[in-house]
Amino acid sequence: MTDPVPTPTPTQTVGPFYGYALPFPGGGEVAPAGDPAAITVHGYVYDGAGEPVPDALLEFWQAAPDGSLAGRPGSWRRDPASGGLLPRDAFGFTGFGRVPTGADGHWTLRTLPPPPAAPYLSICLFARGLSRHLFTRAYVEGLGGERELTALAAERAETLLARREGAGVFRFDVRLQGEGETVFLSFGH
Amino acid sequence: MTDVVVDERTPGRVVDPYRSGALRVPTRAPLAVGGDPEAVELYGPVFGVTEVSALDADLTRHHVGEPHGERITVSGRVLDRAGRPVRGQLVEIWQANASGRYAHRRDQHPAPLDPNFTGTGRCLTDAEGRYAFTTIRPGAYPWGNHENAWRPAHIHFSLFGRAFTQRLVTQMYFPGDPLLAYDPILHTVTDAAERDRLVAAYDPELSVQDWSLGYHWDIVLDGPAATLPDPEATP
Ligand SMILES: [Fe+2]
Repeated sequence: MTDPVPTPTPTQTVGPFYGYALPFPGGGEVAPAGDPAAITVHGYVYDGAGEPVPDALLEFWQAAPDGSLAGRPGSWRRDPASGGLLPRDAFGFTGFGRVPTGADGHWTLRTLPPPPAAPYLSICLFARGLSRHLFTRAYVEGLGGERELTALAAERAETLLARREGAGVFRFDVRLQGEGETVFLSFGH
Repeated sequence: MTDVVVDERTPGRVVDPYRSGALRVPTRAPLAVGGDPEAVELYGPVFGVTEVSALDADLTRHHVGEPHGERITVSGRVLDRAGRPVRGQLVEIWQANASGRYAHRRDQHPAPLDPNFTGTGRCLTDAEGRYAFTTIRPGAYPWGNHENAWRPAHIHFSLFGRAFTQRLVTQMYFPGDPLLAYDPILHTVTDAAERDRLVAAYDPELSVQDWSLGYHWDIVLDGPAATLPDPEATP
């Protein structure tokens, strides 16, 4: 090997046509079916002109309610006869969700509340026009993350807060650019 | 946004900018949160036999008949920044057919759809971090970025590492394609040597006799990961 410390492969945009490849049925149904603890987190993605972004893809990753970060397979399953994609089974928690925005820029995730030790959903956002994906976090209101959030992002902290709208329902909008621009995160070495 | 991208190998020639990002790329620098050893992003989702079946890596076998086009084998290794193989992780690909048309309803390029080609594939990397796909070489296609803008032939790649920080979505290109010099998306990578990292190498070792042409493309994932004991490491 001539290069013992390789540099990362450059990123390229996800483009407009990922929709028949990456989304899977039930991609936003991360909570096991019928789990009474499930919460709904939803919102819009807006561009710099305040217009909804209809072709963004959001991926979600979080700790399990017991704090585990081990994850488990089974976010989707396969139809052995057709090879088609089937939703995850009703059992267990994979911690992973993948949701494309609709024509109105809206997305919805049903998941289990993250644990107090890591009270946020990690979000990786892809879209046509973005040469590199964007990381952000949705801190779920009322789970004790507000202090950490303020330490993290100071006066822009509110862009990382998923606000309670009703019982078990939280709202998290992403503003890619301009007024109220969401805080995006980088993970150094 | 950068307005002008100069191809440093062709002095004086300007590559058109990638316009789709004008209202989408954030204006503020990302907030560095690298210091938190508890960050959930140092871990990531896992995938396995539930998500990937054996036929998924051969995109020429997803329909009753054979797709049109030049059959190719694309293979390489996925490594982390320390040069270690990234094992057992999910690789997803999608691409246009041989005529440059995606099996996506919004792609209205007037080139034929191929009933024997969808253009999506998946595999898990092996113990050496290797992935391999059999597919057909995708065609170039026009797009609206500027007059006579055509995308060079490319395969979209999506990769997961052991950590969410290592997430990568990118595109693989083919050597010798004259469109590489004009492509605004490839030129969002401003350094010529870095752009070369996205171009596969023709590799006759990977060709299959009387069957497919081989291309080799290695991938390095960015981002830190939690230091866990590697379950597959031999002591
Ligand atoms: Fe493409």
